[in-house]
Amino acid sequence: MTTVIIDYNSGNLRSAEKSFQLMSEELNVGQVKVSNKPEDVVNADRVVLPGVGAFADCKHELSSIMGLYEAIEAHVKTGKPFMGICVGMQMMATCGHEHGYHEGFNWIHGDVKIMEPNDKNLKIPHMGWNNLNILNSHPVFDNINENDHVYFVHSYHFEVENNNNLLASVDYGGKVTAAVAHENIIGTQFHPEKSQSVGLQIIKNFLQWNP
Amino acid sequence: MLKTRIIPCLDVKDGRVVKGVNFVDLIDAGDPVESAKAYDIAGADELCFLDIAATIENRSTMFDVARRTAEQCFMPLTIGGGVRVPEDVRKLLLAGADKVSFNSAAVANPDVVSESANKFGSQCIVVAIDAKTVSPGKWEIFTHGGRKNTGIDAVEFAKLVESKGAGEILLTSMDRDGTRDGYNLALTRAISSAVNIPVIASGGVGNLDHLVEGVKKGGASAVLAASIFHFGDYTIKQAKAHMQNAGVAMRI
Repeated sequence: MTTVIIDYNSGNLRSAEKSFQLMSEELNVGQVKVSNKPEDVVNADRVVLPGVGAFADCKHELSSIMGLYEAIEAHVKTGKPFMGICVGMQMMATCGHEHGYHEGFNWIHGDVKIMEPNDKNLKIPHMGWNNLNILNSHPVFDNINENDHVYFVHSYHFEVENNNNLLASVDYGGKVTAAVAHENIIGTQFHPEKSQSVGLQIIKNFLQWNP
Repeated sequence: MLKTRIIPCLDVKDGRVVKGVNFVDLIDAGDPVESAKAYDIAGADELCFLDIAATIENRSTMFDVARRTAEQCFMPLTIGGGVRVPEDVRKLLLAGADKVSFNSAAVANPDVVSESANKFGSQCIVVAIDAKTVSPGKWEIFTHGGRKNTGIDAVEFAKLVESKGAGEILLTSMDRDGTRDGYNLALTRAISSAVNIPVIASGGVGNLDHLVEGVKKGGASAVLAASIFHFGDYTIKQAKAHMQNAGVAMRI
């Protein structure tokens, strides 16, 4: 089995790569490859789209590599597992409003908008550890418990239209989307690769998930 | 709800920890990676490495530290010291840092903050502000380890770097640093209420009540400390329990 982590010049891929590699070795489920080649994405058994930076940049970088955007869409259509992290998760939305209006993959209906906590003392970015409220069960959340902490760092958030797509939320001056899912795709606003044991468990679950 | 973060900070020189962690039996207490692992296990919320003697020649040692830490610790890591241009940020991020901290370079040229934030996102750009009291209720930025007064007002500078796209401020009181008398709360409050980005309080922690004050009185989003943890005066667990009992929400 090959898990491909998509490299699109977004910066810090190392911890994502290392965490998936470590869990992959532990489970003995094949290799983890960091790549920006469309053919690698098409041939992968599992694909991970990490994300650091803004929605617009992510879209721009993905589109600037010939065939990559289409390869991701093709992978998802085959029904094989796909995971998006942070902006990689936000890209699943209909559109994003960071640095202008940009269309996303539109796999999960909703908009990515600037966070507006109802408590003015709350700072933006939402940075640090927050506790999960689990709203729907999902194989990738096996052994993840209500109120487990995960690490966030973001200023924009995904307002999901259909609550069935919402796996988990956190409270930050209102309900903030923490994880979404639809058929063979799952996305986390938080960084599992930075969330110590809870994050590693989610990565492990993803590597064993057969939607 | 979001929890207050505890961030142990390790000073690194030529790839070695200056004040080694001695609360656990480390094979090599001078190895930053060993110390990072110990803090990972201890439940620290983030880690910070400051390269205190960063020169062009020895930068590669810090990249190596970042690389090895990222292989073994799956928690957020900030690296600062000697960061001058966006290219330094890129290299550190690629090596494994999650956030990179500017200090003197941002004072000399605040545009380096916006250039970096536009390229890599505000979430990974920290600006470290070293401030000293010049008169009651007035603080100025000092560089070169507190020796050089720039005459720049700390509160105004904090607002400026926020507008340039900094994602977080690491605020150190040069008056308190190393004194163990507690954070400079007036300074911390002044900065944290002037900006809408998270502020990390730093400089002067001597006991666990100081951590509580930094949050409750200073308005800090995170508390940074070095000696009290490295020397084993308190464990991260004790610090978290103490803060939680004092009404500060922590990740226990």
